[in-house]
Amino acid sequence: MKEVIRLDHICRDFQVGEETVHALRHVSFTITEGEFVTIMGTSGSGKSTLLNTLGCLDTPSSGEYYLDGVSVRTMNKDERATLRNRKIGFVFQNYNLLAKTTAIENVELPLLYNPAYNAAQRREMAIEALKAVGLGDRLLHKSNQMSGGQMQRVAIARALVNNPAVILADEATGNLDTRTSFEVLVLFQRLHAEGKTLIFVTHNPELSAYSSRTITLRDGRVISDTRNEQIQDASEALKNLPVQND
Amino acid sequence: MNFANLTSIAVKALMNNKLRGFLTMLGIIIGVGSVITMLAIGQGSKKSIQAEISAMGSNMIMIRPGGNMRGGVRMSGESMKSLTINDLNSIMENANYVTHVSPVVTSSGQAIFGANNTPTSLYGVTMDYLEIRGYAVEEGDGFSDQDIRAAAKVCIIGKTTAETLFGEGVNPIGKTLRFGSIPFRVVGLLESKGYNSMGQDQDDLLIAPYTTVQKRLLAQNNIQQIICSAISEDYSSAAIDEITDILRGNHKLKEGADNDFNIRSQEEMSEMMTSTSDMMTILLAAVAGISLLVGGIGIMNIMYVSVTERTKEIGLRMSIGAKSRDILAQFLIESVLISVTGGLIGVIFGVLAAYLVKWLASFPISIQPWTILLAFGVCTVTGVFFGWYPARKAANLDPIEALRYE
Repeated sequence: MKEVIRLDHICRDFQVGEETVHALRHVSFTITEGEFVTIMGTSGSGKSTLLNTLGCLDTPSSGEYYLDGVSVRTMNKDERATLRNRKIGFVFQNYNLLAKTTAIENVELPLLYNPAYNAAQRREMAIEALKAVGLGDRLLHKSNQMSGGQMQRVAIARALVNNPAVILADEATGNLDTRTSFEVLVLFQRLHAEGKTLIFVTHNPELSAYSSRTITLRDGRVISDTRNEQIQDASEALKNLPVQND
Repeated sequence: MNFANLTSIAVKALMNNKLRGFLTMLGIIIGVGSVITMLAIGQGSKKSIQAEISAMGSNMIMIRPGGNMRGGVRMSGESMKSLTINDLNSIMENANYVTHVSPVVTSSGQAIFGANNTPTSLYGVTMDYLEIRGYAVEEGDGFSDQDIRAAAKVCIIGKTTAETLFGEGVNPIGKTLRFGSIPFRVVGLLESKGYNSMGQDQDDLLIAPYTTVQKRLLAQNNIQQIICSAISEDYSSAAIDEITDILRGNHKLKEGADNDFNIRSQEEMSEMMTSTSDMMTILLAAVAGISLLVGGIGIMNIMYVSVTERTKEIGLRMSIGAKSRDILAQFLIESVLISVTGGLIGVIFGVLAAYLVKWLASFPISIQPWTILLAFGVCTVTGVFFGWYPARKAANLDPIEALRYE
């Protein structure tokens, strides 16, 4: 299996006043293509810092990070921006869609920063991605005309549109109710089944049951890294939810 | 990231906040509009002064005898008598930039016809004089070369003089008036030119062959003035140089000696007279420029607010691959779009306002292409200048901080 992510003794220190905070201490792991990894940890465990590092938004203080075989540590700001554009899809807790903008335009956004695509290609790819997340009938809806679940699916389509090496989801179900959360999880599981590499960062232990692997962080260290032999099916769970009639 | 993509991003961002965009533009609209209107008014009054001068003949060059020393005594120009008909002929033959030349000898006196009389001036000239000064014969004829050679007692009469002497509506052609004691037969009536900018009635005159005035009225051989016209206004100074050389040669002036004549072009006159209106134009434009500056500060202010307000959007754009320079360009394009669109509307607004001023206050206006280009250029520069700092701030945001910003 191809390695998508390799972390080698990643440390990240922050200078807060006089004190040095060690957010990450010698974190090492490898993620191969097609894995669905949940990164768990309470607040302050360093999972946000890890996410920022994985997302090439931040560079480690020491250690090596290889994304799709490329060393990120020595890259400058612009190189990392290009890397994010080509290799990473972000899904945020609060969707981060552009206000008053249609679904298509939101999904097109990453392609706008890639000169390889022209307007027609962008549109076509955006429609493709929106169909993949089941929003083929909501192409021209504006972000303020959609529900939370729909907005999150637009955000997922945006993360998919550039066909990234890895999709990073940061508490992607955090703002959604149980039913919509499961709908989104079903979508993630489907993407996993299609061979996408997914990293799901959350503090909710329940969610780890639906992924193929769980990495738990505490105080900046990896305390457990387990493979999930019995992956639960989110669509089953969705069926078993009590039906709300009111 | 190409320019077209950035522009479409910027346009979308502006469209999402139309009212704010418009209010920001308003500063530029008013600024550019007032610059254009004020310059139109300033230029208009300058133009109208210039038009009056050019009605007098803008390419006109006047040569008078100049002050000179005679045995240590500085003589007045009038008493110099240094210009002769010989000078006139030399200019006519040798000057390349001169189209018409006429001598001028004048005499003031009382013109008399029957019981009527009026004080007026008699200009002794050739027919070229009419050409140079922009006079035209409305009725009758001019005088001929034969009249000049014979010092014939004929004259062309101005409208005012004709009406005073002969009465309104009476055709003066063929009538004989007296100027002093000399009878003159009227051969032509001039078209009316009205008053000039110095309040002189240009229709109160008599025009006669210069030889007649020289021999029959003044009993002198020299001429008081030579008046000529250059090919065009642009050739005035070349013509002046040429004439100077010819006259110095004729008068056998040594190297380094003062000219014994003065040459003045209408151009100098017009410069003198338009300097006031130039001053006014500068003042008006300065006031208008200040309002453009205020508009620019308005852009800066709004762009600043906009950057703060859209911090999260900037964070998102960076996280999906926008480079710092993409963000910088996006915000710069936004501010330039605001200022250029504002500038465009301002130009239209300014032109309309200028015509309104013309229509309401019947003020002379003149809208020149360069004022529009200037206003437009200035407001593009304003957009870049005042957009730079907020855009810089946006581009330097840390994506992690920006994404977390609430």
